[in-house]
Amino acid sequence: MEEPLLQVRDLITAFDTEGGLIRAVDQVSFDIARGRTLGIVGESGCGKSVTAMSLVRLLPQPAGRILQGEVRFKGRDLSRLRSDELRKVRGNEIGVIFQEPMTALNPVQRIGKQLAECFLLHKGMNRRQAWEAGVEMLRLVKIPSPELRAGDYPHQLSGGMRQRVVIAMALACRPDLVIADEPTTALDVTVQAQILDLMKRLQAELGMSVILITHDLGVIAETCDEVLVMYGGRVVERAPVREIFARPRHAYTKGLLASIPRLETPRKSLLPVIPGMVASLRDFVPGCRFCQRMAREGPTLRERPPFLEVSPGHWVEACPICHVP
Amino acid sequence: MKPILAVRDLKVHFPLAGGLFMRRMGAVRAVDGVSFDIAPGETLGLVGESGCGKSTLGKAIVRLTDANAGTIHFDGRDITKLGRREMRPLRRDIQMIFQDPVESLNARHSVREILEEPLIIHGIGSAMDRRQRVDEVLERVGLQRSAAERYPFEFSGGQRQRIGIARAIILRPRLIICDEPVSALDVSVQSQVLNLLLELQRDMGLSYLFIAHDLAVVKHISDRVAVMYLGKIVELAGADAIYRRPRHAYTKALLSAIPEADPTRAKERILLEGDVPSPIDPPAGSAFGHRIAHPRYGETVGLDLSPRELEPGHWIAPDPCCVESEELARLGINGPPKAGS
Repeated sequence: MEEPLLQVRDLITAFDTEGGLIRAVDQVSFDIARGRTLGIVGESGCGKSVTAMSLVRLLPQPAGRILQGEVRFKGRDLSRLRSDELRKVRGNEIGVIFQEPMTALNPVQRIGKQLAECFLLHKGMNRRQAWEAGVEMLRLVKIPSPELRAGDYPHQLSGGMRQRVVIAMALACRPDLVIADEPTTALDVTVQAQILDLMKRLQAELGMSVILITHDLGVIAETCDEVLVMYGGRVVERAPVREIFARPRHAYTKGLLASIPRLETPRKSLLPVIPGMVASLRDFVPGCRFCQRMAREGPTLRERPPFLEVSPGHWVEACPICHVP
Repeated sequence: MKPILAVRDLKVHFPLAGGLFMRRMGAVRAVDGVSFDIAPGETLGLVGESGCGKSTLGKAIVRLTDANAGTIHFDGRDITKLGRREMRPLRRDIQMIFQDPVESLNARHSVREILEEPLIIHGIGSAMDRRQRVDEVLERVGLQRSAAERYPFEFSGGQRQRIGIARAIILRPRLIICDEPVSALDVSVQSQVLNLLLELQRDMGLSYLFIAHDLAVVKHISDRVAVMYLGKIVELAGADAIYRRPRHAYTKALLSAIPEADPTRAKERILLEGDVPSPIDPPAGSAFGHRIAHPRYGETVGLDLSPRELEPGHWIAPDPCCVESEELARLGINGPPKAGS
């Protein structure tokens, strides 16, 4: 079998706080094959973004650091690379798309110039060629009159157009992997549909892999091949997309799927809810964190449940209470 | 039944000034001739893309912004032109819930102060009564009484929205304008807040205008749904009817864009090109016809596109660019010219 593009093993990421070191990502492992899309879902604070940002070491500094784990990408362990080596990987072999495009764009530089930078930096082009290549990228992401728009500053574009520019930047160097953190959350459904369609098309053309972080289960269902469900800094379930929607095995996944109103849900009926709240990072128990949320007591809180493969490709954190066979 | 809220031909335009002498350059037609009713105990969902004017419409109803034309009747009374003073007693009846409860709550006040304020303004009850009322309302929205002595920043997003709801219901209003109340919340918290809104409506007989861009959420909570495009309502119908069989091309495109949480269902998607057009000097004819460059756009210039009733309770804009010719015929509008004629 072909070696996965990315293999993450036992990743632990922690933050320095006044109360000591706390783990935001607690031994997370997964793989992505070439050309595939992996979705990561879970509530705020469950560790989805920190997991993704750990892969390319874009953690908030100085508080965040990787304590342990291996991030094997095309044969190299990214967690061991020097930061200048990693910078070459980032933007060239791995593209990153954030939710808020303004954080990724320089407000005082024309977008054409920002796009050209990537070609100057990584592809050894001259300024003119790099500018042309940037305009070509704008055309690829379907920005109308790309030659003109390349001369615009970010604030002159609408939110949807800006997010396209960020996607163009992330894809400019034809990366092998794209990490997209809530790329469409701030956008209207119509623009979201355009952007997801665009990403799908480019993925098919360029053969890249995608990690898509979102809390929108609809987006997951339509774009992902495989899904990681995270809770309390850990992966509680991992399965192919159809499997996770058809046969969720962990109580948290079930709760999440049940709580969203769907078009066929009877109108004005009360929705099932997951009681309680995610505990604060510093209060997490070593054992099953969903049991903690459900205010259960007893042995399941003390020991971390094993992560088991219950059917081919379907993994569950097998807490005796939360794992429903 | 007599509507609690009746809006007729409402227009909210913001003048745009510019140039050397700040001359009037044009206008943002944020709300451009909108009519609808809300019945007591009913929820009207209002959907559309950002910039379509849905939030401005909500603000105009609570009179946070002035209307340029048209009327707003609350419980039979024309409130369109009421001044601040005359509006004050009506603020008891019409409340608002915002997307970001943090922004709408005064961070330096304790929850008790935040909740008591409207009671004090309206001179309701003794200090004792107010205390009790705050305790009751906190329990009603699913918070503990001890929450009263804490500050907004101590709460999670979902809890803060509960505080926002508590403040909105403490005066026992009859109509609440909900502007994207669950958009910023996690899915699991979102369902809790939706349930709370449904329960409060049932128990207190509240009417809601529920403004949101999440179409599945809107369908779930609404009795009827209005779709807005560039300042105008293009379709208004029962929630089940409009989702089962949308009649306007824009509604169809909007609904087809919702990602469905079902990987086995392949969805036919109508992809729209480009962005929502600007409400600054919008096209003279059908705005959506203009966006999709429809061949019949020219016919719509000067046409009255205010929604008409196609079948009982189902209203659509009689727009030759956006509605099937058979339905146009039922509305008394001619179909496309036949070839060769």
